[in-house]
Amino acid sequence: MAKELLKGNEAFAEAAIRAGVEAFFGYPITPSTEFLEHMARRMPKLGRAFVQAESEVAAINMVYGAACTGKRVMTASSSPGVSLMMEGISYIAGTEVPAVIVNVMRGGPGLGNIAPSQGDYYQMIKGGGHGDYFPIVLAPATVQEAVDYISLAFDLAEKYLSIVHVVVDGNMGQMMEPAELPPMREISDEIPEWAVRGAKDRDPNILTSIYIDPEDEEITNLRLLRRWKEVEKNEVRFQEYQMDDPEILVIGFGTAGRVASSAVRDARAEGIPVGLLRPITLAPFPEGRLEALCDQVQRILVVEMNSGMMLDDVQKIVKGKVPVEFYGRLGGVTPLPDEILDEIRRVSENEEEISGDPRNEWMDRLEKMRTGDQ
Amino acid sequence: MVEAKTEVIYQRPESFTDVHTHYCPGCTHGVAHRLVAEVIDEMGLREKTIGVAPVGCSVFAYNYFEMDFVEAAHGRAPAMATGIKRVLPDNTVFTYQGDGDLASIGIAEIMHAAGRGENLTVIFINNAIYGMTGGQMAPTTLPGMKTTSSPYGRDVELAGYPLKMAELLAQMEGSGYIVRRSLHDASNIRKAKKAIRLAFEAQERGLGFSMVELLSSCPTNWSMSPQEALAFVEEKMLPVYPLGDYKVTPALQELRV
Repeated sequence: MAKELLKGNEAFAEAAIRAGVEAFFGYPITPSTEFLEHMARRMPKLGRAFVQAESEVAAINMVYGAACTGKRVMTASSSPGVSLMMEGISYIAGTEVPAVIVNVMRGGPGLGNIAPSQGDYYQMIKGGGHGDYFPIVLAPATVQEAVDYISLAFDLAEKYLSIVHVVVDGNMGQMMEPAELPPMREISDEIPEWAVRGAKDRDPNILTSIYIDPEDEEITNLRLLRRWKEVEKNEVRFQEYQMDDPEILVIGFGTAGRVASSAVRDARAEGIPVGLLRPITLAPFPEGRLEALCDQVQRILVVEMNSGMMLDDVQKIVKGKVPVEFYGRLGGVTPLPDEILDEIRRVSENEEEISGDPRNEWMDRLEKMRTGDQ
Repeated sequence: MVEAKTEVIYQRPESFTDVHTHYCPGCTHGVAHRLVAEVIDEMGLREKTIGVAPVGCSVFAYNYFEMDFVEAAHGRAPAMATGIKRVLPDNTVFTYQGDGDLASIGIAEIMHAAGRGENLTVIFINNAIYGMTGGQMAPTTLPGMKTTSSPYGRDVELAGYPLKMAELLAQMEGSGYIVRRSLHDASNIRKAKKAIRLAFEAQERGLGFSMVELLSSCPTNWSMSPQEALAFVEEKMLPVYPLGDYKVTPALQELRV
């Protein structure tokens, strides 16, 4: 198929349709609403289920019910809506049924704003809902990549009986760019053996997240952890850019990673030996690759659109072997390539030790920049 | 010797598992479960039915029905059932919910399921109290009734009035069959069974949302003997929660079962 100029949210929704999603349940919220609107237009015409739920709480529980039938099912929302869904997400994780959730992240906390942000990193990557579980988190950086990865998200959800979050931000949901949609996939008529479809010629299937005996819950938690270890082994995905003997390594995901790639290209043109690691799976994080890179690079710069959440994970892996610096924009502000280029220049000239939390110096710099006192 | 002629006139329904329930002595959950199982048997629906269990005393309902079941989060059974029914419209889907579940934390889900006219059947157990957590005030607790969280009796000035779900849900255009019955004696139990039958008939005929509210007893948390509890249903609950047909869609009115 040829490339078309597509709006992010609509392209993501169409990608899900072509991946064979059989039901969509959602609630309008900016900046993800066009996802729901596209589903409202398309799903009934294809004879598939679409419900605009009374709330995100209801939407995720509709997803939960439909997921128990073994059909492909999803929802899409944005940060405050995903907070409301966390109850159902935990139940889905505890019941071990597959579901795909797209979060078009916006500024927060609270009502925040409708501008692009990566402030949900902790909530999405570390679980978010109650209890012991491990969601798979994909963080594409372009409309095309999101289109490709939404299809993968369903395959992973079914393979590992897991929640798969696709996290993008308001930039990606709202932007238009050329992308190629996949062909329409045929809907599988295979029925998973665990699905509830009526107990005809078999024993009843019972799908619950309740294990009233703590010993049974422990066994379940252990099973989820074992399964997660398989995910970690098999499903790490990342992209590298300008990695020809880099001395400085920039790490960023999603939009921040994409903006950083422009800055890295410009810095290379200036002769600065810098490369980019862009995790595509935030969970599982490309831990092994980053560990290996610690032996090659002299300094690391983490770039995010939050207060340094992925920074924590990076530091945990780097273990002080390489100085780690941080640059972030907050509250729905997207960094410009020039800002990151300035940071790369600064880091390339900075030979001082980083003492304590790298966020301390970054906060000072950001406050100075904000007051125009540079 | 004369050979005795025997005929089975009463036995465990096929839709009912052969286990002891965890319910307290004198609790009417067991009666309600059995009525649902009998109706599903009589209509031949067992192999295509998917039940949705709630949070509350009947959280383990799935252990007692010989059919596919899922277990919802507190109050969310109608949303979960919606998800199932929308992808499996030819299956029979019912929720079984208590008053805390349906009328408090899940009131948005139940109202909107009815509003959308979801082709679901809801069995609503109204015993005017939270059973599983040990006897707290429910939205259905009677004025003046003592619970562990209304220890001086439900003061309507502070804690408001009982919610009348059958009356509320009957207002919804999407509702096809909304009735209230009671389980306090044999004749009412027979009427309750007939109502449950009609509720499932409504679903099979695609007549919209159906709910049977069943006034039930909770001897343990009411601190009464089973007999006293049944008398309480009759004497105290019936005046607040009148039995009756609150909405019966015309297509059902003609149906004889």
